[in-house]
Amino acid sequence: MAPILSVAGLGKTYDNGFVALNDVSLDIEEGEILALLGPNGAGKTTLISAICGIAVPTKGTVTVGGHDIRDDYRAARALIGLVPQETFLEPFETVWNTVSFSRGLFGKRRDDAVMERVLRLLSLWDKKDSKVIELSGGMKRRVLIAKALSHEPRVLFLDEPTAGVDVELRREMWEAMRKLKADGVTIILTTHYIEEAEAMADRIAVISRGDILLVEETGALVKRMGRKELKIELAEPIDEIPPDLSHHALDLVDGGTALLYTYDRQAERTGIVRLLTGVQASGLRVSDVETTQSSLEEIFVDLIAEDGA
Amino acid sequence: MNLMAVAAIYRFEMARTLRTVWGSIVSPVISTSLYFVVFGAAIGSRIEEVEGVEYGAFIVPGLIMLTVLMQSVSNASFGIYFPKFVGTIYELLSAPVSFLEVTAGYVLAAATKSLVIGLIILGTAFFFVDLRIEHPVAMLAFLVLTCISFSLLGFILGIWAKNFEQLQLVPLLLITPLVFLGGSFYSISMLPPFWQTVTFFNPVVYLISGFRWSFFGEADVAIGLSLIAIVAFTAICLAVIWWIFRTGWRLRK
Repeated sequence: MAPILSVAGLGKTYDNGFVALNDVSLDIEEGEILALLGPNGAGKTTLISAICGIAVPTKGTVTVGGHDIRDDYRAARALIGLVPQETFLEPFETVWNTVSFSRGLFGKRRDDAVMERVLRLLSLWDKKDSKVIELSGGMKRRVLIAKALSHEPRVLFLDEPTAGVDVELRREMWEAMRKLKADGVTIILTTHYIEEAEAMADRIAVISRGDILLVEETGALVKRMGRKELKIELAEPIDEIPPDLSHHALDLVDGGTALLYTYDRQAERTGIVRLLTGVQASGLRVSDVETTQSSLEEIFVDLIAEDGA
Repeated sequence: MNLMAVAAIYRFEMARTLRTVWGSIVSPVISTSLYFVVFGAAIGSRIEEVEGVEYGAFIVPGLIMLTVLMQSVSNASFGIYFPKFVGTIYELLSAPVSFLEVTAGYVLAAATKSLVIGLIILGTAFFFVDLRIEHPVAMLAFLVLTCISFSLLGFILGIWAKNFEQLQLVPLLLITPLVFLGGSFYSISMLPPFWQTVTFFNPVVYLISGFRWSFFGEADVAIGLSLIAIVAFTAICLAVIWWIFRTGWRLRK
């Protein structure tokens, strides 16, 4: 089956010479959720903007549902719904009017049943007559999504949909995304949160400095990269790791006051219990234990640094 | 042609107008009434007839034009500047719409508002002066064309403007002088020859002259010339807007 979205050799250089996208090629299958990950300034938003018509690409081609975004922009854009990163909304209009404006703009006839379905999906139905300016930040974000869904797009772009959103709303948004996916909508989302990518995405694409570094199935990538660290803080500093703990691949850190253990949380055996038992047996006094997970962004920064880019 | 989009933009813009209906309509009516009182009644009583028309009546077409031009420019410029300012422009750029559809939506909404205001002022004028309209159809056509062409100019201004100051400065520095020097309160023939020549470079002269002709059958310039001028002005504005959307100037990154 032909991909619903095909990006080939896409480049974007701004007037000031900044290369936001170098040479991006990416195929997205219909009905999948793809998470686009990368550090700030990597080109995530520029990529979305170039596909959606907000930025003009310097080179390359994009087709949506087989329609070229330049030669056949009407057909291509009609398939796309875009949720921008910032809450760009007309403040003095009601939710209903704001959302139905979007539907009309995309050439769709008024359909109250569709409007109701979209507003209910995003728990906005009760707020439909409220003015946008009266809504909370989370509600405004839902209005943005409702606008993007109002014309029943087949491809939905979500640019950091859950940035600055509380846990409950995040869960609700994930639930909405799952429903959309069940309806066959293809979703491309950018995010900083590893759990979000992990929970939602079928595939993850990593973008850095205007290039796609890798595109991989989520399960495989998380397994490869989702490493955690266990830090055992000691009551008294030591000079070297006791010999009976040497087979645990530990590092002595913080001037000898802590032991650092790196493990793969996806692995069947993390080795934590054995390690802690060993520490106890060795007679070391433990003052605290903490686990940390390096954020996906940190991992990517490392990855990029390794890449020598 | 995505007519649904034109209608959506038009409705959305008209909703904004209706939200602020009192400020939009009452203030031009009051200020125009003041003009009638000051120029028509107080000063006009000491001025003889101009081209056979009582002075109070003579200034009516010019007064309507003054308000309609200012309103068209400011309505249309604000209409497109506001989405740029609050960021909702992203939606216009990513929607399946052409430049013509976006322009039509915003410009028709702005023109509708100024047309309504123009007609209200015309209605108000009947309370102050004895007015006759010799060519009502031509009068309406001139008014509609003016509303559209200056809304187009306002639309360009709104895209060009980078802040609210620029948005307000151009109407103030450009449109007001053009209208005042365009024969709104006098006949061009009353000016010294040199200034008469200068005046003919002012596009507003042709509008006011043509508009006044439709009231009193008297004009400073030939009526055909007025029509050509306004059509040419509209065409130039459309060409500029077409270029803006083609290149994405001040719109697309």
